Amino acid sequence: MLRLENVTKKFGSFTAVDGLNLSIPENEVFGLLGGNGAGKTTTFRMLLRLIDQTDGMISWKNNDISYNKSHLIGYLPEERGLYPKMKVREQLIYLGKLRGMKKEEIEIEIKNWLERFGVPENANKKVEDLSKGNQQKIQFIAAVIHKPELLILDEPFSGLDPVNVELLKDAVLDLKEKGTTILFSSHRMEHVEELCEHLCILHKGKPVVNGNLKEIKQSYGKKNLLVNVDFDLAFLKNIPGVLRIKSGVNQSIIQIENEAVSQEVLTELMKNGFVRHFALEEPSLNDIFIEKVGASYE
Amino acid sequence: MNKLFIVLFQTYFNRLKSKPFIITTLVTILFIFLITNLPSIMDSFDKDEADRVGVMSSESYYSLLDQQLSLMESNIEIMPYEGSEEEAQEAIDSGEIDSYLVLESTEDGNPQGVYKAETVAEQKTPQILQSALQQIKSSIAAEQAGVTQEQLLKIDQPVMFEKIALEKGAKTEDELNQARVFVYILLFVIYFSVIFYGNMVAVEVAAEKSSRVMEILISSVSPVKQMFGKILGVALLGLTQYAVIILCGYLFLKFKDDDFTTSGFMSFLDFSNLSASLVIYAVLFFVLGYLLYATILAMVGSLVSRAEEVQQVILPVQFLIIIAFFIAMFGLSTPSAPIITVTSYIPFFTPVVMFLRIGMLSVPFWEIALSLVLLVGTTVFFAILGAKVYRGGVLMYGKSSSIKDIGKALKLSKKDN
Repeated sequence: MLRLENVTKKFGSFTAVDGLNLSIPENEVFGLLGGNGAGKTTTFRMLLRLIDQTDGMISWKNNDISYNKSHLIGYLPEERGLYPKMKVREQLIYLGKLRGMKKEEIEIEIKNWLERFGVPENANKKVEDLSKGNQQKIQFIAAVIHKPELLILDEPFSGLDPVNVELLKDAVLDLKEKGTTILFSSHRMEHVEELCEHLCILHKGKPVVNGNLKEIKQSYGKKNLLVNVDFDLAFLKNIPGVLRIKSGVNQSIIQIENEAVSQEVLTELMKNGFVRHFALEEPSLNDIFIEKVGASYE
Repeated sequence: MNKLFIVLFQTYFNRLKSKPFIITTLVTILFIFLITNLPSIMDSFDKDEADRVGVMSSESYYSLLDQQLSLMESNIEIMPYEGSEEEAQEAIDSGEIDSYLVLESTEDGNPQGVYKAETVAEQKTPQILQSALQQIKSSIAAEQAGVTQEQLLKIDQPVMFEKIALEKGAKTEDELNQARVFVYILLFVIYFSVIFYGNMVAVEVAAEKSSRVMEILISSVSPVKQMFGKILGVALLGLTQYAVIILCGYLFLKFKDDDFTTSGFMSFLDFSNLSASLVIYAVLFFVLGYLLYATILAMVGSLVSRAEEVQQVILPVQFLIIIAFFIAMFGLSTPSAPIITVTSYIPFFTPVVMFLRIGMLSVPFWEIALSLVLLVGTTVFFAILGAKVYRGGVLMYGKSSSIKDIGKALKLSKKDN
């Protein structure tokens, strides 16, 4: 269990993380969400002991995290962080050694990972000669090569094409299967929905939503109606409980306060004309995020 | 393996294999080769062209001059020339002779010469001719005054003058001369090492920071180990480079055909009279000086975001070593000046200035110990401060890079702020 108790980080008068409590179960993928400047990277840096928290406790399996545990932890930073002029193989060996591995073990792992990502020919290329997607693969390998217990991924999928996103996602799920505890942050809600069981949304350093993804959605209460009709929906605004109407070309989304409202909406729609499609759905994480974090998030 | 050593050897081998390192080492070796062979190289140019000087004079002057020149073992070949100056001019044009000398007698019977050549930029030949004539003139004048050859020798004999240091333990003249050369060389070595290898440390740190690999590194190794792994890795690199250069220099000297090393040009490299303690102090001050400056430079290197900004922040640190160097240069001739004594206790200057004093004077041990304590203390202080700044600095990415950033970096690495 990774535990953060009342963790606070202040930079001068600015509070980057404010009283954060998190318990992240082992062998799970945990999502940390938040807009720019919400405190995600600061939280990760505190977990990694790159900076000390102003207040609070951080523990992994009931122990403090310190440099002699660095072989248990893997880290993929938000910004690409590799030696541009060094060959892929050489720098993975160096970074692996720093995580306490032997050269022979590292060589085997490099071979396996590069083959898995379909780029074995990159082993002897310089990082600066690789495409952004391939660099990110190397960055990912650097984070997981020593088979960490706890893996921290800061925006792992940013700037990647869909094929590479799938490739990395599969790798993340695989690691989870093998027992790795993974903590990751993302802007992309669909990645979080796909990978995480638990999540936390940070806003200005404070957790605004925290818990199991399903429970969060259920307790949110609000539902979405997917509707396909041939007439204008503006009149629905007069029905109490209808919150928002987002009209699309083929399909419109109506946000309602609770399930019950749906039936009234359906009745009204049928009065007005032919209803081609009508469905009641759980809210998306995106909806929850936007509501909790507000319009400041683009 | 300890992570400090992983960082150390990574830095070391990475640099060792790099092209700039190999090239600078090769260029230096070539330079050393040229220096050690300089006299023979110069000779090889000179030998074929003995200066041929046509001499228009009476026979007696000619034989006197010939005698004098052979006594002086000069490289000048003189030949009697009988003809007009126009003909001599033509002889120069055709390359028969290089220049000519018109020797005449003054009214009081002294020789007087006019030297004519295409250009008079070349000084060696006319100087030798002039001093040969001077000798001839002196002996003629002496003869006229009735002074015998023996008396003349007595007059010319240099006065006996010996300097003896009274202070107990003061250096003898011989020791001082050797120490001066040794100190001089060491000053350069320390100066160049700090400038060259210190900068390398700063550049290494800044490069890792700008490529953002730093964040991964300090998540696996503590900043202190990382910083000192780097500093020691570069130090090892420097020692390797010096070892290669010194070895090459030694081999060049050893396998030279003539034995001029024991006499003449290279004789100043004879350090047989050098005390062992001075050599130990040299190593000690060299190592401590490097550590102090490398620590400071690693610290400032961690403050910049881009490798191009490195020069800007290391300049103030470089000034310190440049100042130290000039103080020491001044101190070579006046080692007991008050400013030398005072600055030898300032840690930034201690490595060169205190070493200079030890080399040139007999400095009481407590003074040396005091300066060492101050130097080590300052180094430890900067190591602790540096490790903190380093930890905070590597996470700071901004435009400005100034002293103010040290404070910011310190705040970042602190728990409460």
